Formats: sequence, structure tokens, C-alpha cells
Amino acid sequence: MFDNVDWVQFAVFTFLFAFVSVLGFLAARWRKAEDLEHLDEWGLGGRNFGSWVTWFLIGGDLYTAYTFVAVPALVFGAGAIGFFAVPYTVIVYPMVFLVLIRLWSVSHVHGFVTPADFVRARHGSSMLALLVAVTGIVATMPYIALQLVGIEAVLKAMGVTGHLPIIVAFGILAAYTYNSGLRAPALIAFVKDTLIYLVIIVAVIVIPYKLGGWQEIFGAAEQKFADSPNPADGVLLAGPVQLQYATLAFGSALALFLYPHSITGVLASRDRNVIKRNMAALPAYSFILGLLALLGYMAIKAGIVPIGADPEAGEPGDGNTIVPLLFDQMFPSWFSGVAFAAIGIGALVPAAIMSIAAANLWTRNIYKEYINKDATPAQEAKSSKLASLVVKVGALVAIIALDPQFSIDLQLIGGIIILQTLPAVVLGLYTRWFHRWALIAGWAAGMAVGFWATYQIQQKVFNADGTVTVTKEHFGGSAFPLSELGFDTPNVIYAGFLATLANLAVCAVATWLLRAMKAPEGHDATRHSEYFADQDDPRLQDLPEVVH
Amino acid sequence: MADDVPESTRREERSDHSPWNWLLVLPLIATLFPPLFNRVSPALAGIPFFYWYQLAAIGIGVACTLIVYRVTRR
Repeated sequence: MFDNVDWVQFAVFTFLFAFVSVLGFLAARWRKAEDLEHLDEWGLGGRNFGSWVTWFLIGGDLYTAYTFVAVPALVFGAGAIGFFAVPYTVIVYPMVFLVLIRLWSVSHVHGFVTPADFVRARHGSSMLALLVAVTGIVATMPYIALQLVGIEAVLKAMGVTGHLPIIVAFGILAAYTYNSGLRAPALIAFVKDTLIYLVIIVAVIVIPYKLGGWQEIFGAAEQKFADSPNPADGVLLAGPVQLQYATLAFGSALALFLYPHSITGVLASRDRNVIKRNMAALPAYSFILGLLALLGYMAIKAGIVPIGADPEAGEPGDGNTIVPLLFDQMFPSWFSGVAFAAIGIGALVPAAIMSIAAANLWTRNIYKEYINKDATPAQEAKSSKLASLVVKVGALVAIIALDPQFSIDLQLIGGIIILQTLPAVVLGLYTRWFHRWALIAGWAAGMAVGFWATYQIQQKVFNADGTVTVTKEHFGGSAFPLSELGFDTPNVIYAGFLATLANLAVCAVATWLLRAMKAPEGHDATRHSEYFADQDDPRLQDLPEVVH
Repeated sequence: MADDVPESTRREERSDHSPWNWLLVLPLIATLFPPLFNRVSPALAGIPFFYWYQLAAIGIGVACTLIVYRVTRR
């Protein structure tokens, strides 16, 4: 289980890990609720987080450990395309600025906990709400599993092997999430984000200095990609990749705040101004992510070889290990221990919030809707707490019993399928023009196109002799060649973008048809003014009975 | 349903409309057209334009959201 472990490094890592575990349990007493046995408390931290807590919470939630290892890995392997994470996280906040405050307001008035709660009330369709809930759960599950991949990458770099360490780590995580709910990741996020900022800022100052400057780093990267037979890689975007770059950034930005865990973070905030302020303040994390992406190039210059790689045989190895290996090589033991803890703890915060979000979807939109219609708030909280455990066990099994590649593939598709809830949730916040059945038809069409497109995508390796080996027949990425649609072009596009276009087209056409056929409309339980309500406005449950 | 709510609990009709909201489109224009910035020079401290421009674009995003937040605050 332990091969060549650096014990100083390991001790620092373990100490910080233990520290946040204690914090996680103590979090139940932080901003103490009168009664934690209520979904607003366990699942949304009391709906009362201010600007600072929200900044740490959402930052800790969106910028996950997997992001921290996978983005530099992509830059390391393919170059400029991996930098899409920067435009993605630049545009996402202006894009959702107005949308999220509407969602917050209507959710505040009605006490919605999940996006599917909103869909049910707005479109009067429990079928559509169920689809949104199931889509959310399915998209989130592999994402949780991938957080384990982040922890594993760190453990591997430390020389710790075997599954026992991640079982222990996830067991502790599951216990304090069960105990403290959303308060646990909110409190731990302070530690996680502080460590991340510290490590990355030190890294981008120290490592380029040690490697002889940025000129040297980019020079080495240019050399690597010039020698590589892959026409799509490079320090700049190759022609056909440009459309992919833009659509991937745009599609990912559309998808981000459709994920249930992002919405959980937003709904937990106290008022509209907290959200608006955070839309301006969260890009600080984007800057860190951009610097982190450049670690991929530093790893090239430093001559890092991913664990499991065999350059002779053309075996790429586990690219996710390059950042931990780079830290290991560049920093003294104690600081690389801090860096590894930053990534490891970085996995815990999103994993906790994601499991809470998935559990809330289960409770509100499946358990309460179909199993126990008269569930009391305490029963709802109990159901969510148990579901959060089930979700984590599922993620653990997915990583240990199945090939982790399965989770990576699923997460790739996860972004595409969560986008299919866009018309019902986001457009629904603005208009009721779309017919509820048309939204279902659009969802189905988008799913079909998304699966078909990703199924078509092959993963290829370009050999030195100019030949191409297909290493994976299907689900080989999200870059869909437009030539598959009969267009005479080398351009590639993000498959999720294509699926969303199909979804919107079907929604529009089907709405027009259903209106012409006078199909029955659903009942809208929301009112126009509720989309602008703020904290001091009464919640529906506080209003006199006349409302109903 | 809406008409039954007593006047005391009703707020004046509000909206999020503001011409300033159009500023939120600017960061998208600045970053979603790779031909605008897909080049090496001018480099900054050895970092190609492609990279430092997009890092700088984070500042554009922050400025736009911040301005919209400040001027539309009630």
C-alpha cells in the first residue's frame, strides 16, 4: 500500500485532511439552526449565506479537484484547446447574472429546493419535473465519482496505492455530510480555497523561476507539439479546432449553472445582492484556473512523465498525475504535502455539495412526489440524508468496481445531458410560451442527438509514421466533426451544442403544433412579480391563505 | 389567484430591465471569437498573446458584471 512514501509529505497531507474532517463535524453547530431536521437547513444551510460564505462555497463547489488535475492534463497533452476553461469561466457569470437572480427570487417565494421543483410549479407537469430531476441525478453521479479520481491522482503521486485510503476518505466525508448537511462543505470550503490560492500563487511564481522563465516553458511546449504528429495540438488553436474551442466554452458555460450542485449553492444565499456580488467576485477563481492550466506547459518543460506512461510504446499513461508529480518535483516535501492536501480537500467540497444536491432531487421530486406525498419536513430531511449516503457509495463503487474511464465517459455525457434541461429551466424563467409537452419532446430529441453524436466520436492516436490508430471506437470525446452531418468541412463542434440546438428546434416546432391542436396547457403556480422578489418579501408559506 | 392578494402584501411591479444589462454581452464578444486572439505576438513576459489576453479578459468580465451590479442596485 505504501511505496517510497515521503513521510513528511504524507504527514502534512494527513494532518490537513484530519483537520477539515473535524471541521466538517463541527459545522453542524455553525450558524446553528433551531432544527436541523428540515431540508432548508440540512440541504440549503438555512438559505441564509452571505456574500463571503457564498463566494467560498460556490467557488469551492464549481472549481473541483477533477478540474484542477484534468485541465492542466489536457493542456499538457493537447495544448491551447485545454485553455477553453478560461473563456468558459469568463463568460459564465455575465451569462447567468440575470437568470440566477430570477431563479433565486421565485425559489425564495415558493420554497423551491431544486430546479425540478421550479419546473413542476412553472409548467404544471410532474412528468417534465421528473425528467429534469433524473437528468440532474444522472449528470451529477459520475461527477462525484470523478472527485475520487482527483484524490487518487494525488495519492498515486505520494506513492499510496490501493483502494483503502479513498474508502476511508469517502467514509469520513459521508459521515460529516450526513451529520452537518450543506454547512460542512461551506465551512471546509474556507480551508480548501485558501490552500488552493496559496499553492497556485506560489506555484506560478516559483516554478517558472526554476524552469528559466515563461519563454523557456512555452518554447518547450511548442517543440513538443511540433514533434507530435497530431495536427490538432499546438500552443495556438489549429484552424478546425477554433469552432470547437468557442462552442465548448459556450456550451460548458450554459451547462454549469444547470447542474444541481451549482443551483444548491445559489439557493443557499441570503438575497439577490449576494448572488450579484458573487457574479463579479467568482472570476477570481477563473484566474487561478487559468494559471493552473499553464501548469500543463510547465510540466512539459520540467520533463514530467505521467504515471503509467511508456513513451516508447506510445502509451500516454494517467495524464491526471502530471500536476501532483510536478509539485512533487518542484517543492520541498512539506509544501508538496500542502499542495496535495489542497487538491484532496478540493475533492471533498464539491463531492459533498453534489451528493446533497442529488439527494435533494431524489427527496423533493421522486420521494415526495411519488412515494410519500405527505412527507413532513423532518421526513424530507431524513430521506435526503440517507440518499446522500447512497449516492456516495454509488460513486465509490463506480470507481473501485468499474473502470474509472466509465465515469470519465459518463461525465463527458453529463455535460451534454444536463444542457437538455435548459429550455425547461432557463427559458421557463422567462417565458411560458413553450408547451410542457413540447419541452418533453425537445428534451428527448436533445438526448438522442447528444448520445448519437458522442457515440460517433472516436478517440485517435496519431503515430509518428503518419498513421492513425483508433484507440476507442465510441464516446472518444465531445468534439464532433461536422463532416458527419454531410458538411464539407474539417471543423469540429462541441456535441452538447449540437444537441441543444436540436432540443430548441424541436421545442419550438412542437409548441407551435400543440398550440394549433389546442393541447391542454399546464397550470402555472408562479406569478410575474415573484421573479423579482427579494429577501424582505414574504414567502408564500408566510402569506395568508388567500393566495391558494 | 394573483388578484386575491391583499394590497398590503403586494409590492409595486418590479423588473430587472436596464439598458446597462447589455454590458453583460461584452465579455462574450471578447472571448468567443478565437480569430481575435489566436496568435503569439505581442507576447507578454514570454507568454503568448493567446494566453495573457484571455487571462486579461477575466478583468473585462469582472468590470462588466460589477458595473451592472452597481448601477442597477436598488
